[in-house]
Order: sequence, then structure tokens, then C-alpha cells
Amino acid sequence: MIRRRMSGVTPNMSLTVSISARTCHNEQQAANRPRARVQLGQRMKRTDLTTPEHELSPADLSKLLTRVGQQRDVDAFETLFRHYGPRVRSFMAMKTRDTQLAEELMQETMMAVWNKAMQFDPARGNVSAWIFTIARNQRIDAFRRKRPMFDENDPAFVKDDIPPADLELEERQDAELLRKAMETLPPEQLDVLKRAFFDEASHSTIAQDMGIPLGTVKSRIRLAFEKLRSTLEAVR
Amino acid sequence: MNVQHQVSDELLLDYASGNLSEGWSLAVATHLALCPQARRRLQAMEGAAGALFDKISVSEKATDTDWDKMKAKLSGSRTAGQAISRPSQSEGVIPEPLRSYLGGDVSSLKWKALGRGAYQIRIDTADPDTQVRLLRIPAGKPVPEHTHDGRELTLVLAGSFHDGQDLFARGDLEEADGSLLHTPTATEGEDCICLAVTERPLKFSSWVVRMIQPILKI
Repeated sequence: MIRRRMSGVTPNMSLTVSISARTCHNEQQAANRPRARVQLGQRMKRTDLTTPEHELSPADLSKLLTRVGQQRDVDAFETLFRHYGPRVRSFMAMKTRDTQLAEELMQETMMAVWNKAMQFDPARGNVSAWIFTIARNQRIDAFRRKRPMFDENDPAFVKDDIPPADLELEERQDAELLRKAMETLPPEQLDVLKRAFFDEASHSTIAQDMGIPLGTVKSRIRLAFEKLRSTLEAVR
Repeated sequence: MNVQHQVSDELLLDYASGNLSEGWSLAVATHLALCPQARRRLQAMEGAAGALFDKISVSEKATDTDWDKMKAKLSGSRTAGQAISRPSQSEGVIPEPLRSYLGGDVSSLKWKALGRGAYQIRIDTADPDTQVRLLRIPAGKPVPEHTHDGRELTLVLAGSFHDGQDLFARGDLEEADGSLLHTPTATEGEDCICLAVTERPLKFSSWVVRMIQPILKI
């Protein structure tokens, strides 16, 4: 009941000061009564979405993350945690080779997911990509490196001239399409991408490890992304 | 106006995977701020990473203990709202993240003369492997001091330059390696301001080598 009432109060997250004040208020409520709320939550599992064993589609994941962002829904977050936590931990272990550190980085990544959930734009769809970027940034921070980023709110930032409505539709399709398109890539191209994303290996390291020339690594990268892009563009 | 020379897939993949050091990343990120098409390519790459992420084989499931530990942290955490960035005053010429590295836009910059009408500003980063500079090349003149080994990235912010048959204008990124012999020249009519990232020159300890280094161009 508490949660029902709270979600009724929680306004749609757009970006005004009064709204963030209300979010704070909600947070406080949750902090005051964490136990009661969680127990209630467990009895109140309303949909399949909050059952961890459920096979989660990109649309399910998007709904869950939106719920975390807009309603600070702990049950939705638990489902996301049980789905992504082990993946993030494996991802971290691939680079660090240190179970303890991988565990810590997983906890920090999921904490950042909880804290930044309201910045996730459901219209842009792809939760796995969003969580990958958060995990990647945590890993960069852990090694005390810097990765400068552009700022969409910067007056000098050049905005995309595609109407936002069209972009939304495209991007919602993209998650599912990309997933299918990835399955059509030849294994040797997929292997190069995995090494680049997960092991954070340089192209020359990949070439060495796979015993192939550097030029071959580069051409596999180009071929893979040309294929992915043409698949995405074919449906536009 | 569309950017004609976009970042290559290889370099963009390094940026997307978090595998590119700060100096190079500064050029790529500033290019991305000026090039929506390249941002869409970045998004597709991050989408591909997400698809791979879903397929990661999971050896251990998240236990109840894991979740309890996580849950205990939630109540104490502060929610990050929309980040309030206070960018330095913008005149619309130099975008973030570069503007913050420079501390301001074009009119507030403190240029150092390089001779023959060219100017530069050295940009400090924590990246020991690169040398990052902002260059201002007088209209119609070649880029000075142009000997380099290894990779070089040049991002045009104002004006334009020619390199052989190619014209590079605002937002365009030129990727060159040591094997390429080139003489970029600023286009007539407007000074060209560009960001240049190169591999940091090797420092030889022997004074003899140091003396002949400029002659041999090593």
C-alpha cells in the first residue's frame, strides 16, 4: 500500500527543481521505513517482471529500469541486480583477474545504476548498452584513468537534426535488431569485438593473442561494424 | 553542414570500449560533440557491447547474500539527478570537453607565438603518452613544426586546412600515422584553429642524440 501511494505521488521525471525536491522527499520516506517497505514489496509481487527467473526481454528490462528511476522501486532493482550483477562481475573479472576487486566493482556499478536510473531515457531503449557504459566507466575510474566526454547541454554541442520522435522509434528497434544482427556476424569478427570490449585489449594485443596481422584485426573491426550498420539502416 | 571526415571505426571502438588514453580521447570526444553521425555510430557500438554483455556466461548467480549487501547500501545513497554542469563561458566555437581543458572559449585564450604567424597552446592532461596542443595557423600557411612519429589526430575547430586533395573543415578529424608524409596548409581567408594530438616524442638522454634528433627527424 505504501508503495502504491508513493508511486502515485512520484511525478513523471522531467527536469525541474521542484521535482527533485519531491524525489528527495520520497527517498527520505524510503530510508525511514526500509524494512517495512521491502517486506511489503515481497508480498506484493505484482507482475512476472519482478520474478528473477523470468526470461527478460529488452522491453521488460527497460520497464524495470524506468520503474527504478521514476519510483525508486526496490523490487524492480532487485530483478535488475540479479540479472546484471553476475554479468557485471564477470565483465570486471575479465580485466582485473581479481575476484575481490571484481566483486567491489560490481557493487559500485550497480550502486551507480540505482543512483543514475532517472537519467535513463526509456525512449532510447537499450538497458544493456546503458549498463555496459556505466560498468566501463567504473572500470576506467578504478584504474584512475580519464576518459573525456562530450556534454549534450553544452551550447557549442551540435545537435542531431533527425526529429526526436523518429529517433526514439529507431532506437527502440535498435536494441532488438542489434541483438539479432550480432548473431549473424562471423565468429572471428565477434571474437575481435569481445576482446576489445571485455578484455580492453589494444588492437596490437588482439593481433598478438590471435596470431594474426594488425591489419586483419582492423579490417575485422570495420567489416563487423559495416555489417551492423547496414542491418540497422536496412529497416529505416 | 555535415562533417566530411569522421573518426575511423578502429579509433571509435577504442573510445567506446574505454581503451583509449586521455589525450586521444579528448580529440575523439570533441569531434563527437561536433558530429551527430559519429555519435550515432558510437551508439551502435555501445549497443553491440550491450548485446555481448547479455551473452556473457555467468558462472555464479547473484546470491541472496549479494543482494542483501547491495540492498543495505541503497537507503544511504543519494540520488544523482540531472548533473548540473557549469561549463565555462561558451562563444560556440570550442565545445566541451575541450573548452574545460582550455578554461574558456577562443577570445580568452592565451596564445604563445611559434613564429611565422603561427600560435599554440599546450594542453595539460594526465596522459603521459600524448602531447596535446591547440594550434592557430595563419590563413594560407602550412602547419609548422610538422614532423611526427606515430599517430597524429588533428581536429578542426575554426577555418579549414588542405592536406593533398582533402579539405578539412570544422568538426573534421584527420587521422595520420608516421608513414604518411603530409603538409597540411591552412585555407586562404581565415586562420585555422585545430586541436593536435601526437605521441609524446621520445626523450633521449644522450646529448649527442638530442642534438642530432632534429636533424634526423627522429
